Amino acid sequence: MDHSFPQKVLEHLFSFIDSNKDRNAISLVSKSWYEIERRSRKKIFIGNCYAVSPTTVIKRFPELRSITLKGKPHFADFNLVPDGWGGYVYTWIEAMAVSVPLLEEIRLKRMVVTDESLELIAKSFKNFKVLVFISCDGFSTDGLEAIASNCRNLKELNLQESEVEDLSGDWLCYFPDSYTSLVSLNISCLNNEVNLSALEALLGRCPNLQTLCLNHAVPLDKLPSLLSQCPQLVELGTGVYSTEEMHPDVLSSLITAFSGCKQLKSLSGFWNVLPSYLPALYPICSRLTSLNLSYAIIQSSDIVKLIGQCPNLLRLWVLDYIEDVGLEAVAASCKDLQELRVFPSDPSCLELNNALTERGLVSVSKGCPKLQSVLYFCRQMSNAALSAIAQIRPNLTRFRLCILEPHTPDYLTLQPLDSGFGAIVEHCKDLQRLSLSGLLTDRVFEYIGTHAKKLEMLSVAFAGDSDLGLHYVLSGCENLRKLEIRDCPFGDEALLANAAKLETMRSLWMSSCSVSYGACKLLGQKMPKLNVEVIDESGPPDSRPDSCPVEKLYIYRSIAGPRLDMPGFVWTMGDDSSRKLELDVAGVEAQFRNL
Amino acid sequence: MEVVVGMKKEKMEFDETELRLGIGSTKASEEVVRKRGFSETENHDDDDDENTTMDLMLNLSSKEASGEVDPNDKIKNLQKEKTLLPDPAKPPTKTQVVGWPPVRSYRKNMLAMQKSSTNFGDESEKNNAISFVKVSMDGAPYLRKVDLKMYKSYSQLSDSLGKMFSSFTIGNCESQGMKDFMNESKLMDLLNNSDYVPTYEDKDGDWMLVGDVPWEMFVESCKRLRIMKGKEAIGIAPRAMEKCKNRR
Repeated sequence: MDHSFPQKVLEHLFSFIDSNKDRNAISLVSKSWYEIERRSRKKIFIGNCYAVSPTTVIKRFPELRSITLKGKPHFADFNLVPDGWGGYVYTWIEAMAVSVPLLEEIRLKRMVVTDESLELIAKSFKNFKVLVFISCDGFSTDGLEAIASNCRNLKELNLQESEVEDLSGDWLCYFPDSYTSLVSLNISCLNNEVNLSALEALLGRCPNLQTLCLNHAVPLDKLPSLLSQCPQLVELGTGVYSTEEMHPDVLSSLITAFSGCKQLKSLSGFWNVLPSYLPALYPICSRLTSLNLSYAIIQSSDIVKLIGQCPNLLRLWVLDYIEDVGLEAVAASCKDLQELRVFPSDPSCLELNNALTERGLVSVSKGCPKLQSVLYFCRQMSNAALSAIAQIRPNLTRFRLCILEPHTPDYLTLQPLDSGFGAIVEHCKDLQRLSLSGLLTDRVFEYIGTHAKKLEMLSVAFAGDSDLGLHYVLSGCENLRKLEIRDCPFGDEALLANAAKLETMRSLWMSSCSVSYGACKLLGQKMPKLNVEVIDESGPPDSRPDSCPVEKLYIYRSIAGPRLDMPGFVWTMGDDSSRKLELDVAGVEAQFRNL
Repeated sequence: MEVVVGMKKEKMEFDETELRLGIGSTKASEEVVRKRGFSETENHDDDDDENTTMDLMLNLSSKEASGEVDPNDKIKNLQKEKTLLPDPAKPPTKTQVVGWPPVRSYRKNMLAMQKSSTNFGDESEKNNAISFVKVSMDGAPYLRKVDLKMYKSYSQLSDSLGKMFSSFTIGNCESQGMKDFMNESKLMDLLNNSDYVPTYEDKDGDWMLVGDVPWEMFVESCKRLRIMKGKEAIGIAPRAMEKCKNRR
């Protein structure tokens, strides 16, 4: 059948297929399809930078133009992964600089980037267009200078939530006057002031600019003049949203500026909000589809006044200052809402907050028929509320609930929240991502293993009673790709019994659990396609009995073998020594035979 | 154990890849975990200053342990010990668990920054501001970060630093010297030794010796830490003394 379809026809057909999932499927059909597909694939997504080596990727996909790489485990976001763990992008850049000179896009998440990497990118890829660093670190504004100076065709520079050593705001000046191709700029993570006149000039000469996310150092009175340079903006992140004292002039120029942005659909920023400036947004509220107020310290009444005018909101991120009453207003006004995130304003305070409870989430679930994605921090929850949410919103695909105090039971019945989460997985059949919290026994894992068949990512903390819990998940969740666990009494049994499952997943993280060093070694020895990494800052696990539990464990499948860039507190299990020695000996023996 | 039997029924299809450690390993690991306590809840009671990392954990749990425990309740006790949650009748204390609740540092810092600058909320909220500072050690290949608000005294900080950098320094010694890391005095030598001196950069940009000023003052003014080789720190001591005199 393959021979009857000329290669060119297949190539043409495949060119319509964009999604990596589909392309992966195509590549499995036959050898010739694999070959044709690999030679035409332009976009690669690598969920774990250690799963495969740069050389392998480049060899297989010679027409590579766009690469996405993820580095550190997700729990690195919460400081559970010590600095120096890894996730360095340099070797990738180095390899691509040599073999993929036409590379156009690099998107990274949780990786360590250095100024050297940035300089290498700047000088190696003549047609470079997109640079996105989400939650990355390791570089400074010096590296940005190199990018600005050299990347003539740059369209996107996005440093979202990265940690940048901010040496000078002048890096922006390095964009030459002839540079006009900017489409998206996100510098919200920078701490210092950027050169504002350079920024204004840049905005003025880039007619295709659609996204601009400023940092908090950009004063509010500068915003109108910046906006007047790019009224075609679709997405704006403000700088600080206040002045020392309220100035009516600033307010009126803001109103004018915002009204001039006819395409503006998405707003974020809002650091240090002075509520009297919020009315400047009223003229554009009806167009807004995305609103991020999650850094805005403002009272519920102010939030409600704003949101009440945003009937087309699809996405809302907000702090718990919104309170239940505010969420009721959301439920009433935002009938198209798809995603809600409510963040804690004071995460370390454990006092009960009666203003933002489970009731807010229930209201939004009831009032917003298109709600799919939820991230909700609160201090109390009940099984009744969770059941209600599950039954009325079976279309949920992402449900992350964080009850601030670990082990909090149903506040009405004092029972574990097993049945509530059980209802979620039972009714929400397309659930892809779930985060658990509160008092939970092994039973919740039984429900998850039984029902959560589409679940791809599960986050667990302070839950479960025994290995049975882990076993239910590993044996039941067919589509599980990422599992991250902290502070649960899960040990060796379930892990070892489900070792094969681990090869079907991207990764497993376990910290402060009860997995012994001996089990890790065994797993590492028996499962060559897994990298079993033990992270232990209290010293080499070899110096303690095998039965000692390891601090942290990160297991991921890889065809690249154990990595070579581990710091002193990370050990790969079942690697080198014995096997390597065997190979060396075999090699020497072979040589002798040839003599 | 009932748990194991139940699981055996369910894992039949994985017989081929079933891996076992051997009888008795489960119990042993439970025992050790109990002893280990909850290493990430840095509940800094007044532990002995000389504790190494291992000793610290053992002492902590022996204080928490409630005497003889029925083996069947081991796991439940394990959970209780791990959380170190107070009696519900007592007012909620601020237990500082690493990485919980799961809020990104970026977000925490942004909120803390706003709160401290606008005086929004009461004093206790200001005090909750996260205080991450970078820690570098001369000769170490990578930086670390610590949250100074996690500690209540210099000795707690130095314990933690010793733990953090021990893996590097032990790597420096001969590998046979690994057993030495269990020796508490060797670890403390690291920081008490004239070879290494902990210093910090304060708000004015000056480099000071760690330990000169009261702990709270140190936390407020410390911007970054550097564990220097002794020779380089010589110029710092006299200046530090002067600064303190001027402040008081």
